[in-house]
Amino acid sequence: MKAMVYRGPYKIRVEEKDIPRIEHPNDAIIRVTKAAICGSDLHLYHGLMPDTRVGMTFGHEFIGVVHEVGPSVENLAVGDRVMVPFNIYCGSCYFCARGLYSNCHNVNPNATAVGGIYGYSHTCGGYDGGQAEYVRVPFADVGPSVIPDWLDDEDALLMTDALATGYFGAQLGDIRHGDTVVVLGAGPVGLYAAKSAWLMGAGRVIVIDHLEYRLAKAREFAHAETIDFAEHDDIVVTMKRTTDNLGADVVIDAVGAEADGNFTQHLTGAKLKLQGGSPIALNWAIDGVRKGGTVSVMGAYGPIFSAVKFGDAMNKGLTLRMNQCPVKRQWPRLLEHIRNGYLKPSDIVTHRLPLEAIGEGYHMFSAKLDGCIKTIITMDAA
Amino acid sequence: MNENTSTSTTELDRPYVADKPAVRETDDELRARIPGWGADLDPADRPAVPRERYAPEVTGAHWEFPDRQPEPYPRERSIEHGMLTPVFGTVAPLHGVSGAIRRYAYRYSEGRAAHWLLLIAGDRVDSFGAHVKSLATLHPDNPVTETGVLSEVRRHGWSSRVRSRRVDRSHTWIDPILVAGPWVATGVVAVMLARKAVALARR
Repeated sequence: MKAMVYRGPYKIRVEEKDIPRIEHPNDAIIRVTKAAICGSDLHLYHGLMPDTRVGMTFGHEFIGVVHEVGPSVENLAVGDRVMVPFNIYCGSCYFCARGLYSNCHNVNPNATAVGGIYGYSHTCGGYDGGQAEYVRVPFADVGPSVIPDWLDDEDALLMTDALATGYFGAQLGDIRHGDTVVVLGAGPVGLYAAKSAWLMGAGRVIVIDHLEYRLAKAREFAHAETIDFAEHDDIVVTMKRTTDNLGADVVIDAVGAEADGNFTQHLTGAKLKLQGGSPIALNWAIDGVRKGGTVSVMGAYGPIFSAVKFGDAMNKGLTLRMNQCPVKRQWPRLLEHIRNGYLKPSDIVTHRLPLEAIGEGYHMFSAKLDGCIKTIITMDAA
Repeated sequence: MNENTSTSTTELDRPYVADKPAVRETDDELRARIPGWGADLDPADRPAVPRERYAPEVTGAHWEFPDRQPEPYPRERSIEHGMLTPVFGTVAPLHGVSGAIRRYAYRYSEGRAAHWLLLIAGDRVDSFGAHVKSLATLHPDNPVTETGVLSEVRRHGWSSRVRSRRVDRSHTWIDPILVAGPWVATGVVAVMLARKAVALARR
């Protein structure tokens, strides 16, 4: 089969690999029909995530058709059209039993601080991802779901991470009636978080980024007010002035490790890897939220230390909430919202590429070229 | 109260008095403007279950503890784990010098910087070794195609940057140095060593 393969920082190519095989009785092999490139794939691509090995296939956003099932699989059959949450989880450990699917303890021998994620380094379990024609899906009775007939392929694909994560970010903000919500980052997760904030009854939603084409999408897709932080000397002051000098009730960090806007932080965090990412957006969130407010962190960071302004967070009495999204927990409600016409996830897709062009797709997304917001990879074998 | 010092609250910035800021749009206005506004206003409608209870009917798990996946080779694991997890990934097993570095890294807990820094060192050795090895194959690494840099031409690299105030323009100049610099430096050192070796051999 053809698969995207990591060769080192900033280098990927498409190679022939063996079709994965059943390694556990509850495995399934999925023939991938569509995959997406996620912003957090860029952390791997840039060499920011420890234990990212040459030969690994990335991709934790994918849908496909069941190709083969292990002997203990009861809930899926060959030929089913399925969407697969980015979390790999057993459904039965201490953490899964409490709904913390993204913190499963039975799938990742390499680390206890994170659960299992497809194609996301050995720090997340050492599983190949779905930017390939086939992928091994552990715990097939637990993670994947059959896609409803009425649901479009691209909408289903975006439910496997970006949409669920954006919604989860708003949910962790514990948004109340009339709250002012600031979303840092107008990428896919930020756009979905902004849209979700309205569902939860926000009174104002403000999206901040430095890419005008993304801010335009935030105005159109998420009905949000926007601020281009490149036009402001001090974005924290602007956040205060824009919110009656109070600060926002809720700030959602939808940027993560590769945030830009501070040369030193970006250089040491994102480029030289001396921190577990560049916490620029997180620090703006801490300083821009009101006292007693909530910061919801959806941006992904590496496992080593980062220069986070924790003192301000303590002194302001903030609630900091964060986790990798337990995707499948969000699905029933998200399906209702899509069916009711409140959400149309695929409205943010800007590019569709064949697997052979994935190197170009990564660079374009990484360098923010050509108005890129979300790229979908379509498989030849589909 | 001294009237000279009293001030109408409307003249004060909001945080200095108790009132909340005025509502900018009413619920009806928001509902009319934004599809689905307030659909999840009641937190009870937001996804939350199952929490704090074992719910196999929801998760699909039909085991108390999963079957164990065979261990085809000694699988490295965090020393914070009490045992090897029953399921794990099997791609790219440890090998060579990078494998030795990574295996050593797993002697430290996730709480130690040494663990992560050694893993990153292993990553760099791994990619360097793979690159060198590829030169001896029919499919050597190709920095042009593998970095996707041609999309700078095909995907409007120049206009995407120049027609924008995007802040990454402040470090665009240093990015290629940081990415390609280590490779160039390694190449220079390799050439110097090779020359030295040739000179020594000629003596």
